Amino acid sequence: MTTATADSSNADIKSVLAAEFARFLPPDSIIADEETQKPYECDGLSMYCEMPLLVVLPETVAQVQQVLRLCHQRGVPVVARGAGTGLCAGAMPHSDGVLLSLAKFNRILDIDPLARTARLQPGVRNLAISEAAWPHGLYYGPDPSSQIACSIGGNVAENSGGVHCLKYGLTVHNLLQVEMITVEGERLVIGSAGLDSGGPDLLALITGSEGLLGVITEVTVKLLPMPEKAQVVMAAFDSVQTAGEAVSAVISRGIIPAGLEMMDEHAIVAAEAFVHAGYPTDAEALLLCEVDGTREEVEEHIQQVAGLFESMGASIRVSRDDAERALLWKGRKSAFPAVGRISPDYYCMDGTIPRGKLAHVLMAMQDMSAHYGLRVANVFHAGDGNLHPLILFDANMPGEFERAEAFGGKILELCVAVGGCITGEHGVGVEKIRQMAIQFGDAEIAQFHAIKAAFDPVGTLNPGKGIPVLKNCQEYRALKPDGMQPLSHVHGSTL
Amino acid sequence: MTDATQALIEQITSARAEQRQLRIVGGNSKAFIGRATTEGEPLEVGRHSGIVSYQPVELVLTARAGTPLAEIEAALAEQGQMLAFEPPHFGGGATIGGTLACNQSGPARPWSGSVRDMVLGLRLINGRGEHLRFGGQVIKNVAGYDVSRLQAGALGTLGVITEVSLKVMPTPAVTLTLVQEMPADQAIAQMNRYSGLPKPLNGAFWHDGKLYLRLAGAESAVNGTAQQWGGERLNDADTLWQQLNNHQLDFFNADRPLWRFSVNSTAPHWQSEQNWLLDWGGSQRWLSGEGDPAVLAEQANAAGGQVSLFRGGDRQGEVSPALAPPLQKLHQRLKDAMDPDGIFNKGRLYGWM
Repeated sequence: MTTATADSSNADIKSVLAAEFARFLPPDSIIADEETQKPYECDGLSMYCEMPLLVVLPETVAQVQQVLRLCHQRGVPVVARGAGTGLCAGAMPHSDGVLLSLAKFNRILDIDPLARTARLQPGVRNLAISEAAWPHGLYYGPDPSSQIACSIGGNVAENSGGVHCLKYGLTVHNLLQVEMITVEGERLVIGSAGLDSGGPDLLALITGSEGLLGVITEVTVKLLPMPEKAQVVMAAFDSVQTAGEAVSAVISRGIIPAGLEMMDEHAIVAAEAFVHAGYPTDAEALLLCEVDGTREEVEEHIQQVAGLFESMGASIRVSRDDAERALLWKGRKSAFPAVGRISPDYYCMDGTIPRGKLAHVLMAMQDMSAHYGLRVANVFHAGDGNLHPLILFDANMPGEFERAEAFGGKILELCVAVGGCITGEHGVGVEKIRQMAIQFGDAEIAQFHAIKAAFDPVGTLNPGKGIPVLKNCQEYRALKPDGMQPLSHVHGSTL
Repeated sequence: MTDATQALIEQITSARAEQRQLRIVGGNSKAFIGRATTEGEPLEVGRHSGIVSYQPVELVLTARAGTPLAEIEAALAEQGQMLAFEPPHFGGGATIGGTLACNQSGPARPWSGSVRDMVLGLRLINGRGEHLRFGGQVIKNVAGYDVSRLQAGALGTLGVITEVSLKVMPTPAVTLTLVQEMPADQAIAQMNRYSGLPKPLNGAFWHDGKLYLRLAGAESAVNGTAQQWGGERLNDADTLWQQLNNHQLDFFNADRPLWRFSVNSTAPHWQSEQNWLLDWGGSQRWLSGEGDPAVLAEQANAAGGQVSLFRGGDRQGEVSPALAPPLQKLHQRLKDAMDPDGIFNKGRLYGWM
């Protein structure tokens, strides 16, 4: 088929679909022109983008069902989109498909303070859940750094985490029930108001499935009581190794911190310049250890943690009030934009490693940094082993993004080699689909495809994401590439 | 401590080739769960046993599926750690693989999470005889579908679990149990109210006119909360919680059907107070006695949840909650995706699967 024919058949199906959608969707719920579609071309990983055939913004579950049914009948790909803050191009549109935005599903349907649950439409923002729960002394646990903007439907799709995962879990640990529409347009309710429903745990299977198995239209989450008190210890170490040992020492004491974050020297310097939190810029590694619970418990544990860090040679600072606690956290929470100020662009990776391998991984990363000629700053969810290397580059310099991407791929391979995995909370999407071949063998990949087919036999839900084609896996492993193959949908690439 | 992987794969491969059914057996402590089936030759996973790795500072333990819980808990106790989901042993011999396949967690479940919550990864042999690895040995891992947690509650129908990696937790410094006398309705309100407070609550059940509350955590926090809440402090409380967990209280002993209701923790109590035990802060409710499954299912539905026939009664019929037609279709397709020839545990979970 020539390109011209493909374009004209695309135009045909586009107008046919738009006309059919117009029969049950309000006119402003269908976006067909390029200019208005533009904001939908990518998610939070803007290096990967694509224009969809059509964007639709249904307002009711029945409309979502109709959209899916119609697309299923015509074999048209559907990509669901929440707030578009994802970091793996999981919501990147399909050029021959419909982008299904859940943005209009933004209502909190019910907060039950006694049962400690919230029933939500998928477009409700993560932080809005906690804001609605606070008056009842409750909050929603998972707090990804995009929590001001990201939506709960997207959180379910990606199994989002945050800085409190070690103690309070990921999205999958905080869900009770979801309503999901299948590719055929059928409505399923998975889970219940009770705990541990019978049969295989479909709720867990759906969580983190990146929009490949169905479209989430309602979510019921658990809410947690607000702790009586939270306090943070900041500890500056003169070596990454010692900081890593300090993390292990806290865990060995039987203390599970609410948050335990580490930053390396580059991240410390960038964050301090950005927010002036009082971080010691001469430190090699900085730990922020937050303890929460009852007043008595926090006082007991903070003393232990502070004493432990000091005995390991750290200089420490303990927050005296909530304002100081917020200030100490502000640097960490602003680490990404802070790094953004010292470099035109940065590329955020998301590998996980056993904590004990941290020093080894950071050292190997310094070697890679020299090899690729690109700087890297590290922020690390030290409590749960989730590493976020920020690779600094300049997209305007020819070849720099490709080098950053190759560097990132190598980091993920290193994570797998030391017993970790290629993504802790951002998901696979388009971005890490090649590295799936490193973490999994062909038999596992084939099993994933069989599961996908059980939900979506034709494969029109978010195609090309999450699970790689087997042939590509074999090629990737055989090549052991430097990741330098250009991608057709990457801005500034050679294709 | 033996690795029986090869023998398991061979038995599965030949069963598949000869179209024979297999019945998965671990410690045989939960044979009463699911439907009564006699079909299939036993596939003994109990011989595939032993702790593969345990790194206390990483809070991660990996064990072969046939490893007895007792062995795992002893290794953890040496390091001041535990399985926070408090799996029941049901008379001894329970294994980690069976615990996950049956999704069994104890009294701490609403506060400390379930076995499914603590699973980080696993290995399993699917119906094609392929030995697969999913998830990992790190706390966070979102690559690929969560096939590991999918196994929780599948009763072995999707594959044979061979190895499980779990998040483990420190043992609380202090535990303390308070007892207060009150009727069921009041206990439900109290359990829910207390669960919404930032206190170290870690167990809450009601039976026979008494509410039992367990506090666990730092000494100062536990004692402070006990003083605020009041009630009689119970001696030798650990025994009581173990008896509750392993169904050794007199309530469970009667030779009557035992129904498990998994419902909204705030649902008002229905029926008389007799024959009921309310656990998990009100979200898991046990009914001991005869009942019409259809009527009980309606009651469970009204309470926001489901009911299953946990032990005894008619085990030839369905014992798990009925599924809506689209969901049933999906379960069947999922079964076909993992066990295409249907050789594992036929009819154990549902009569139609």
